[in-house]
Amino acid sequence: MPVPAENIFFVDPRRCIGCQACVQACSECDTHKGQSMIQLDYIDRATSTQTVPIVCMHCNSPTCAEVCPADAIKVTEDGVVQTARKPRCIACNNCVLACPFGVPKMHTRMSLMMKCDMCYDRTSVGLKPMCASVCPSQALFYGTREEIERLRPQSRPINSFQFGQQMISTKVNLMIPKETPLEYVDVISAMHQPAIGQDIFADILMADLNLEETVQ
Amino acid sequence: MTTIPVKTVEIINQFGPHLAHMRAANLDTGLEPDKLVYTHCCFCGQQCGIQLKVKNNEVIGFEPWYDFPFNRGKLCPKGVKRYLQGAHPDRLLHAYERDPSAPGGFKPLAYDQAIARVAAEIDRIQTAYGPQAFALLSGASLTTEKTYLMGKFARVCLKTPHIDYNGRLCMVSAAAANKKAFGIDRTANPWSDILKAEVIWISGSNVAECSPITTDYIWQARENGAKIIVVDPRITPIARTCNLFMPVKPGRDVALFNGILHLMIEHDWLDHDFIEQHTVGFEAVAEHVKEWTPQRTAEVTGIAERAIRQAAEWWGEAKTSFLLHARGLEHHSHGVQNVLGAINLILASGRIGREFCGYGTITGQGNGQGGREHGQKADQLPGARDLGNPEHRAYVAEVWGVNPDDLPQPGVDAYELFRKMEAGEIKGLLSICFNPLVSLPDSNFVRRQLEQLEFYVAIDFFLNETARHADIVLPGSLHEEDEGVVTTVEGRVIKINKAVDCPGEARQDWRIIQDIAKALGREKGFTFNRPAEIFDELRVASRGGIADYSGITYEKVERQMGVFWPCPSEDHPGTLRLFEPGSWNPVAQGKGPFYFPDGKARFNVASYSPPAEDTDSDYPIILTTGRVISQFLSGSQTRRIGPLIDQYPEPLVEMHPVLAERLGIADKDWVTVESRRGSCTLRAHVVKTIRPDTVFVPYHWAGRRSINQVTIAAQDPISKIPEYKVCAVRLKKAAEPPEYVQEFEPYQ
Repeated sequence: MPVPAENIFFVDPRRCIGCQACVQACSECDTHKGQSMIQLDYIDRATSTQTVPIVCMHCNSPTCAEVCPADAIKVTEDGVVQTARKPRCIACNNCVLACPFGVPKMHTRMSLMMKCDMCYDRTSVGLKPMCASVCPSQALFYGTREEIERLRPQSRPINSFQFGQQMISTKVNLMIPKETPLEYVDVISAMHQPAIGQDIFADILMADLNLEETVQ
Repeated sequence: MTTIPVKTVEIINQFGPHLAHMRAANLDTGLEPDKLVYTHCCFCGQQCGIQLKVKNNEVIGFEPWYDFPFNRGKLCPKGVKRYLQGAHPDRLLHAYERDPSAPGGFKPLAYDQAIARVAAEIDRIQTAYGPQAFALLSGASLTTEKTYLMGKFARVCLKTPHIDYNGRLCMVSAAAANKKAFGIDRTANPWSDILKAEVIWISGSNVAECSPITTDYIWQARENGAKIIVVDPRITPIARTCNLFMPVKPGRDVALFNGILHLMIEHDWLDHDFIEQHTVGFEAVAEHVKEWTPQRTAEVTGIAERAIRQAAEWWGEAKTSFLLHARGLEHHSHGVQNVLGAINLILASGRIGREFCGYGTITGQGNGQGGREHGQKADQLPGARDLGNPEHRAYVAEVWGVNPDDLPQPGVDAYELFRKMEAGEIKGLLSICFNPLVSLPDSNFVRRQLEQLEFYVAIDFFLNETARHADIVLPGSLHEEDEGVVTTVEGRVIKINKAVDCPGEARQDWRIIQDIAKALGREKGFTFNRPAEIFDELRVASRGGIADYSGITYEKVERQMGVFWPCPSEDHPGTLRLFEPGSWNPVAQGKGPFYFPDGKARFNVASYSPPAEDTDSDYPIILTTGRVISQFLSGSQTRRIGPLIDQYPEPLVEMHPVLAERLGIADKDWVTVESRRGSCTLRAHVVKTIRPDTVFVPYHWAGRRSINQVTIAAQDPISKIPEYKVCAVRLKKAAEPPEYVQEFEPYQ
């Protein structure tokens, strides 16, 4: 049974609190029990508590599948990019190296690439994926486009990402502030910008403090 | 003497903490559970709905409960992995007695023998020294039925005044202030009122880590246009993207509230009609805050004057609002004053008792609300009645079938109990659901008192660190092995359902208490066969009280997905929101919505005083303590769950790089935090997200890694809450790793 077409995955990193409920719940998913397929990283913990959860973005033309020499990575008819087929995967790591979002993981013990399949066992029967089910901040949201428009009037989804010469469109959406005039995210140039707010944090906390007295 | 029987490492070898990871049935993808049980998380006061998967009398996993209205399937990592506490290798399957020759220092003992020994020791101590020489320590993670039974057991069976609970470390400042201002101690609003509030003010609450599900309510309010104000010495995850962050110097919150009220009065951002019709005491408070000019407020709080003015303007001009606070406001030697300061802002704004106009203190423990209502607190009787009030005593005595004069007078708070041990007044102790050696401040003092006891019996499902000092350990029940109600952060009474049976000789806690009563030959009033029978008596005992549960039934709780108290009759749906215009309550009798005879709320002068131990040249840095998301309270459960320890394996000293640089400390260096009471050597975590004059250490760890070796036992004079949030320390880089590392780190 396909994923009901109306349900879509949305990621809003501004909401993320770094709690790792998604990471812990992902390993409870029946298709890869004991293995978490989601990644949650601090951008720069020394300066900020900002974290970003990365699920598979389920690209419309998945690079991982395109570079696979064994044709092991299959896409369901409803567009969900799956873990490599065990009989075909040759554990060559091409997909791991090629994925612009850094999603596939090579499990050397099993000689198998594993990745987020949007909890296909759940979503294919109308349930939410584990991560978006538990996410306390709803940085990970699974629902209809109407729901997200109603619930998040200050935000809007985009699903185009530029990595150098490559433009990617994805099944999973990223929420951005509504007024931001972006049509796509230029990921490479964003990587060279400092984490937002570094200076602000320093200023807020350093104001009005008599440090000589504090750390004499 | 109740020193630990053998070396700590030998106890750990036998009784843990060991780490449970996913294994066997947890990893089997093809396994069909025998059943799914609707229940709630065993940890914090959010009390998220969850379904537990059960196979062969073992909880093997969970499934989200999407229909439970509070969390709609959402869970934090603790809730996700809580099932790993079941079938745990450290689980106590027998009663034990202290025996230095046994492995781990404790020898299994037949349950009946253990109960007989406990009864004999209680009898011996009470006969020799009087009934007050035996004390009870209880906890707010127990179901309300158990907390009710504990209070009754103390007053009726043991006739001791000395029972108190670990809510003393948690909710009491908020409770005392709420009673002073509103006459009732319950969060005033359902969380749905957060969603369309224009301004959300969060003081002293690391919402994202300590009450994670509340995050979605706050972010949803922001999507609806709310401005979020966060007051905290650290840029917590909830503060990271708020609209206004005020990095308050620890211990100065009441000064900020007074400064805000000063500006509200100056700019006439007041609801005069509300103040006149529904409150008393405004003039005295207005007079008091005159001196709290923005400039003085900024000097005392360490917050920029511009930010204070901005906050006052947003709060002052808002049409709707929600103010939330938690332990950051309450864990102070003036915690009640802090909370009263916050409540004054609510009353001056008139934004209470209406949709999207709310106020709440965020409960910490699973039953942080229900556990403080029905009599396990030193001065309390069921229904939030007062043990010192003759009418209240008479009513409850009648329910219990005893003479009111036989009920003891109010006892003392949990920390004072230990001082009474020091003074030799308390000789015996029973503890349940409380791990004071980890959770109380100045734990070296606590340990010395445990060592002086003549007899100590601990009830728990794991051998917690305090229980290592016990003479007898009785094997109690896990959350999923019993049923009963708890009351959530919203004041919603919900039902915990039993998923599995107790393993081995372990017993449901209320049965253990009743077995002791029976062995003492005083079983009258302790012959309940089911939690439902206890609950039915509790309903009667609470009838007519402020926390009136008399109209709540298990059936109604399940049908309505919770019942908000007060609920005074079976045809009453419960009280979603307190203080609504025209609402009736048993104190005001219709004169007004607040729980005083005139129906009016009280402004209270909220006085600022510095922390009990301010910094000086010897101890120049502020230590503040708190929680991390992957651990819960004293860690007795969560330090046994592998994936949670993986997430945050050890306590770190969080400090600002400016401070670290001055002290020559780099990230991950070993650093010794030292106060006048003790010291603790931990690794440094150098981050810009904390005030440079303050360091933060989470308190979930035990032994040499417990920051409560360092904290101060100063207490609020009214609520008796300890001042965990401020004490003075000095820091230095440690020359080498502490000794405990080699011995204990493999075990956690």
